[in-house]
Amino acid sequence: MPRSPKIIAGGVILVFFILLALVGPVLVDGDPTKTTDVGLAGPSAAHWLGTTQSGQDVLAQVVYGARVSLGVGLLSALIATVLSIVVGLIGGYAGGVVDEVLSLLTNIFLVLPALPLVIVLAGYLPSRGVTSVAAVIAVTGWAWGARVLRAQTLTLRGRDYVQAAKASGERAWRIIFAEILPVEFPVIATSFLATVLAAILAEAGLSFLGLANLSTVSWGTMLYFAQNNQALLVGAWWWFIPPGLCIALIGAGLGLLNFGIDEIANPRLRTVLPKRRKRFGAGR
Amino acid sequence: MRYLLRRLGFYLITAWAAITINFLIPRLMPGDPVDLMVARMNGQIDPDAIAAMKRAFGLTGGSLWSQYWTYLGNLAHGELGRSITMYPTEVSSVIGGALPWTLGLVGIATIISYVIGTGLGVVAAWRRGTWLDSILPATTFLQAVPYFWVALALVMVFGVTLSWLPVSGAYSLDVEPGFTGDFLGSMAYHAILPAITIVVASIADRVMGMRNVMVTTLGEDYVTMAEAKGLTSRRVMWAYAARNAILPNITSFTLSLGFVVGGSVLTEIVFSYPGIGSVLLKAVENEDFPLMQGIFLIISLAVLAANFLADLCYVALDPRTRQEA
Amino acid sequence: MDYLTGSGAVHAVDGVSLTLRRGEILGLAGESGSGKSTLANAVARLLRPPAVVTAGSVTYHRADGSATDLLRMGKQELRRFRWKELAVVFQSAMNSLNPVTTVGSQVDDVLRAHDRSMSTVERRDRAVELLRRVGISADRAKSYPHELSGGMRQRAAIAIALALNPEIIIMDEPTTALDVVVQRDILREIKALREEYGFAVVFITHDLSLLLSMADRIAVMYAGQLVEHGAARDVHDHPRHPYTLGLLRSFPKLRGPREELLGIPGTPPDLRDLPPGCPFHPRCRFAVDACSAEQPELTEVHSGQWAACLAHGPSYGPVPVELSAGGSR
Repeated sequence: MPRSPKIIAGGVILVFFILLALVGPVLVDGDPTKTTDVGLAGPSAAHWLGTTQSGQDVLAQVVYGARVSLGVGLLSALIATVLSIVVGLIGGYAGGVVDEVLSLLTNIFLVLPALPLVIVLAGYLPSRGVTSVAAVIAVTGWAWGARVLRAQTLTLRGRDYVQAAKASGERAWRIIFAEILPVEFPVIATSFLATVLAAILAEAGLSFLGLANLSTVSWGTMLYFAQNNQALLVGAWWWFIPPGLCIALIGAGLGLLNFGIDEIANPRLRTVLPKRRKRFGAGR
Repeated sequence: MRYLLRRLGFYLITAWAAITINFLIPRLMPGDPVDLMVARMNGQIDPDAIAAMKRAFGLTGGSLWSQYWTYLGNLAHGELGRSITMYPTEVSSVIGGALPWTLGLVGIATIISYVIGTGLGVVAAWRRGTWLDSILPATTFLQAVPYFWVALALVMVFGVTLSWLPVSGAYSLDVEPGFTGDFLGSMAYHAILPAITIVVASIADRVMGMRNVMVTTLGEDYVTMAEAKGLTSRRVMWAYAARNAILPNITSFTLSLGFVVGGSVLTEIVFSYPGIGSVLLKAVENEDFPLMQGIFLIISLAVLAANFLADLCYVALDPRTRQEA
Repeated sequence: MDYLTGSGAVHAVDGVSLTLRRGEILGLAGESGSGKSTLANAVARLLRPPAVVTAGSVTYHRADGSATDLLRMGKQELRRFRWKELAVVFQSAMNSLNPVTTVGSQVDDVLRAHDRSMSTVERRDRAVELLRRVGISADRAKSYPHELSGGMRQRAAIAIALALNPEIIIMDEPTTALDVVVQRDILREIKALREEYGFAVVFITHDLSLLLSMADRIAVMYAGQLVEHGAARDVHDHPRHPYTLGLLRSFPKLRGPREELLGIPGTPPDLRDLPPGCPFHPRCRFAVDACSAEQPELTEVHSGQWAACLAHGPSYGPVPVELSAGGSR
């Protein structure tokens, strides 16, 4: 793996948040849902990020919220990626009518606005636990990956080694999963990372609307309560700034990582230029 | 023209898919939606409303197939059922009252964001290797901010702390709605913050999208040739590189439209803007399923229509799609 | 010129010195990756990062006797120089013509950029005239590149190159993408236009035999270096460098006595890791031990014919007959 500053920066951000979700609750003492008398207090030594309306510690909420937000994001991206692999690889490999139908399905889900569909689906959920919310988000999040993987599979299908496997009588599913799938790993990784971010954003949106389990603490539900308790009007910025900032930071981390991977794959995008001044380039 | 017809065909199929998904969701999700609702309302529900809901869902008995045909028939007459919250108002008229606000706000903000973002992307690609590259990490951050969070932050700064701009509603309550200068001025004034929110939250995607396509285009022979021709940098950049890079960029823009609309709808909620977002919030709060579904359908159709408009632009810009083959 | 890579600079073209005389056709030949296009782009100042010119000069002598170094020109000066003095025809007109504007307007914008005194009508007439001159009818000026055949597109590219009546036209494999019949027509056209307008041509190709009918002089490049140059007839009849010989013998001759097809074994070297001594020695059938130690210099082997091969030097025994005037072809 080349040492790209973008990959390092992105990796550091993501590792930080993963550690925050895993071990943070041990380090930050305090129950995120415990109410106290000190409501809407600004940041202080006792509450580094202040408190909510009902005196809950914002820092504890951010730390615990990381678990739910990242958990939904990862689980959802996992489901979506499996879906996109199945649809993309089968469509790309099979060709013909199967491919036509699967491509059409993929394109339909690409064009349809995801959030309203997620909202309707979530609305009908009998219980809105982490798993069911993640599943609902995954339903709308697989199409992009499927499209990219299908294109990749189409080119791989014509390669010699696949043709050779075919000629030697390998079963189709073995070729797809043993010969083609491993080669597509970088593409799958990129689309997985992008889907994680989309899922975290979707979870935040759903929670913000009140369509998630409001008794669990996530960054989305924090924003929901901040909005509904007029955090804005009393100027309690410490309540709603941290959760959104965390989401954007994770997004930046994932984005930088993907950026770095892209630059390795497509050197034209690289921005590093020679330091030498003597450059008879194209006049710019 | 064949290109446009093919696209139109695809949108029709997609519209049909959206309509059918809309029909299937209440029937495929576990549990009967009506029972679910009645249970959630603890029985505090008008028997008329229950009947309306049954009708709205087409749960009027009969086979799935005949329900489907009844549903399609109703839809053909513009009938989306009745809202539970505002019973007996038609869902279509609730949405109809809110839709123009959303179309106006989101439409204008999206166009502004597209024009500015794409322009910045062109310049960022052209001047890659200069200080402009240092904005790239910032864009990855901006690409990931939730729209409604940007809205909250802007309201906090410009509405509450500085009190420069109004933070809720679409117009001031002391002006009479009508086609007057006062009203239009008030409308524009109230739209500033929501529009800025949408622009800020969506612009990074436009910048990065255009930059990446543009960087690839800059490697094309026709750009090298334009430069060899001794044209001015400005002409090479816009008439050759950007003019071609815009084409794939339009395609990726249309694919992101759904995302923009989703984010914008949540933005409206923060500003209590009387558009689809506020209706959606009301529908969610009151478990008003017919209204929710109606909104899903309308937003989907609106996004499809916007896609088709973008395709028209594409055809206007790319002579290759106009080829009669 | 160097390509800057992660692991240091790669010398794509190194120590090449060439002169192009007014009105002549200079053929530049070599396998792909030999640096011939890089050289041409460097001369036209069209290299893009990571490619840079680290040292050298391109001196342009005007008809009035004044001389300028292209590599030291300022931005504005370079812009005015381009196309007016030096035009380029690229390998594939499919890629070098702007796909979204008409060919007429692509002639037009050169005229507009360089001659502000021309009116719209004058420019349009001139564009039509130029296209007609290369065999494209007037109504085709409104066509988009994708509406033209491959040969027509290349003709359009040549018309654009002629727009300002330049002194030099660099043609980078202008016919490679075309089929043989169209290729022959275009070559004939180029020669006729040269007679008429008197511009000089740098004709780049990997097909050495094609140059024999086209070029006045031929230069052969290998691994970023010039290995042989001289009058076209001399290079053709008596190649002095084993690489040139290999190139000539890698195509069967249609006429004349049958001869052994030699070809060149192996592949061009990796520029990041050139063999010591003569870069060609691992593939050369005349190589001796000295070839892997000593880098040959270009020396005048015959009047006006230069080659960089130790076979012509004192340390080598008798010159192999194939590389001497005796080895005819």
